[in-house]
Amino acid sequence: MKEVTLEIDGKVVRAKEGMTILQAAKEAGIEIPTLCYHEEMEPYGVCRICVVEIERGGRSRTVASCCYPVEEGLKVRTRTPKIERVRKTILELAAITAGEDVGGEVRALAFQYGANLSRFVSLGLVEPSKCILCGLCVRRCIEAQWDNAIDFVGRGVGRRVALMPGKEEACKTCSYCYRVCPTGRITSFGPNPPFSPP
Amino acid sequence: MGEGMRERLRGPEELERWRERLRRERDPSALLFTVNVRSACGLAAGSEEVAKRLEEEVEGRGLAGRIVRTGCNGFCEKEPVVTVYPDETFYVGVRSEDVPELVEGVEKGKVVDRLLYQDPVTGQRIRKASDLPFYRHQQKLLLSLNGRIDPTRIEDYIAEGGYRALAKALFELTPEQVLEEVKRSGLRGRGGGGFPTGRKWETTRKAPGEPKYVIVNCDEGDPGAFMDRSLMEGNPHSVLEGLIIGAYAIGSHQGFIYVREEYPLAVENIGIAIEQARECGLLGEDILGSGFDFEVEVHRGAGAFVSGESSALMTAIEGRVGEPRPKYIHTAVKGIHDKPSCLNNVETWANVPLIILNGAEWFRKIGTEGSPGTKIFSLVGKVNNTGLVEVPMGITLRKIIFEIGGGIKGGKRFKAVQTGGPSGGVIPEQYLDTPVDFDELTKLGSMMGSGGMIVMDEDTCMVDVARFFIHFLLEESCGKCIPCREGLRVLDRILTDLCLGKGKEEDLKTIEEICEAMAEASLCALGTTAVNPVLTTMRYFGEEYEAHLKGRCPAKVCKALTAYFINPDKCQGCLVCFKNCPTGAIQGEREMVHVIEQEKCIKCGICYAVCPFGAVEKLSPPVAPPATYGIKAKKEVRK
Ligand code: SF4
Ligand code: FES
Repeated sequence: MKEVTLEIDGKVVRAKEGMTILQAAKEAGIEIPTLCYHEEMEPYGVCRICVVEIERGGRSRTVASCCYPVEEGLKVRTRTPKIERVRKTILELAAITAGEDVGGEVRALAFQYGANLSRFVSLGLVEPSKCILCGLCVRRCIEAQWDNAIDFVGRGVGRRVALMPGKEEACKTCSYCYRVCPTGRITSFGPNPPFSPP
Repeated sequence: MGEGMRERLRGPEELERWRERLRRERDPSALLFTVNVRSACGLAAGSEEVAKRLEEEVEGRGLAGRIVRTGCNGFCEKEPVVTVYPDETFYVGVRSEDVPELVEGVEKGKVVDRLLYQDPVTGQRIRKASDLPFYRHQQKLLLSLNGRIDPTRIEDYIAEGGYRALAKALFELTPEQVLEEVKRSGLRGRGGGGFPTGRKWETTRKAPGEPKYVIVNCDEGDPGAFMDRSLMEGNPHSVLEGLIIGAYAIGSHQGFIYVREEYPLAVENIGIAIEQARECGLLGEDILGSGFDFEVEVHRGAGAFVSGESSALMTAIEGRVGEPRPKYIHTAVKGIHDKPSCLNNVETWANVPLIILNGAEWFRKIGTEGSPGTKIFSLVGKVNNTGLVEVPMGITLRKIIFEIGGGIKGGKRFKAVQTGGPSGGVIPEQYLDTPVDFDELTKLGSMMGSGGMIVMDEDTCMVDVARFFIHFLLEESCGKCIPCREGLRVLDRILTDLCLGKGKEEDLKTIEEICEAMAEASLCALGTTAVNPVLTTMRYFGEEYEAHLKGRCPAKVCKALTAYFINPDKCQGCLVCFKNCPTGAIQGEREMVHVIEQEKCIKCGICYAVCPFGAVEKLSPPVAPPATYGIKAKKEVRK
């Protein structure tokens, strides 16, 4: 397989063609935060916390590192002031549905980026459901081949994860989604999955 | 070959012979009426009744006249329109009752003056469409046949030179040469981003993988925009011809035409066009005997704004929910079923036959260096002449709004124009002389988009405008990624609060931070460009945001920040407002000055609208001066 050379945060990194920036960074020991990424699954690219700045042909752009494939000569910066600001805002926005008391990875990142998870609470936007719609559980569920017991329903701000009708039985038999949720939303599995009906 | 029984054409010569015959059969000096029936706007205006009545009347009088049901002429304001050939008399706002007089006039060689367009400035009646200010400054290339031909008859298109470009491409040029021509023409995608069309084609052509697909995007979801619909309804063959030529250049044998569900007439007309082209051997296997095969399928879309985004649209064609994909590999390389797929909007494809027929040099002479060609805009809002206008790129906004559009309605002042649809930006007065092209509009923080243009007058509140567009986009967002979904939700709330006078000092900073996160990190263009209406209104009308924070709406639009007040010096005590107020908020007696009880007022503005003396005033700050009960109205004011 062909190799490419790129630069991440000033460090020269060699990566295999077809890898994403995120993977290349990981191998080089550079941490990029993620919420909707899981190394065993296809990138989904919806939390957008993994954004980085890339420079190509003199022009810089912000891209999601979990989806962007490495390129020869690419210059990547993962922690510019802009990126830090954007990540902080994303975490604050995520807290709208996740709730101020969200746990898991979201809380850890909020601490790291100085995000104020209560920032939008005063706007009284929604009743938090502890979910940031990262889709990890849904994708895990599809993989577990329980025939998609849980799935997204609704669109726009009405989007949420629901237990599909008639799938209660299947849902009792596995705990695949339990460990992947970055918010601590999935507190139980088995007979009482926490997902609402559609 | 007569009409109704079409034969398969087996070569460019047969096409030419047929065209010759069709032209001969159509004596240019013969009497001809065109009515804009084959367009949603025309139908709504009652054009079908007019067409039927014309047929009866023409037959009744034994005239040898043909009635052609055409697509939209663009002048939606004045529909239905009837044009009488050969002398091209242009009648506007024709009702079926007017038809007998109209036809009698034609018979006697007289023009019915009262049905001609009247210039609102000079009061003059204008006989020919081409002399109307609305049309005079336009340059119609794509729309030139709209309003002239019947889109449901391929013969009309052929007679006007249709499919000549296809024949030329297939028999005189190699696919590489066609591609080269389009590249040299400098044509840029008319759907939004303005990406060079030729380069996009080349990417798909060179991308590994078979089959390759070509797609027409007819999903325009912008409120008030209808250029794609109009082309699809009025001249579907031009789009189809462009698509086939593109397929030939790219090496594709399968195309899709994605039309939003809300455009049934566009679906119908393109369906008819496809069938007729197939009958004539212009589509399907071995096109015109050239050995090139191409098939096309119409796909009806659910009509969500986000489906216009290319990866979302392709996902929908694959039969799944139309959501954008997070891939950084262009759909031109990996699109439908991960195969190379070239998507262009309706207007882009329709430009292709013109370029092939007339050459890249000809095309480059129109428009500007960086944006050659013409662009169709849908001009709506507070402008006198609304409708579809096709102009060369580089024309100024002022010319479009004040000459073609005839200026601002009701003699009001121009305030701003929103270009590029909901995710475009507003442009204020000081930039009216900006030449319109892709790059210039982007420099101003707005964009070309698909060509929506909404004109706003002095009575528009810019915070309210931003709120309106953000709310629209919030409802259209697919909700997949966090910055777009939640960012729009917060922006919507903050802007609404501002309009309600509940804004907080830190709001402006919050707006900026959210806009940055959305613009930098959103998954698709809906999210990244959604910030344009907010950022441009803040940039050009920042003082209005400040005023809202202080509880004032300078344009007096936001209800919570306005109050109605009866000026005691002007009030005649006529009781009109008293009788019309739906909440009984007005106290009054005949010939006594009336007073509005602010607590009961719901700010519907009816009193303001009905007062014959202009005594009701709208105020912002929303504090009305103290009430003046029991004063006798001053009568001498009455004239
Ligand atoms: S429940 Fe957890 S894993 Fe599932 S979508 Fe929500 S945040 Fe992601
Ligand atoms: S980890 Fe990349 S978008 Fe979520």
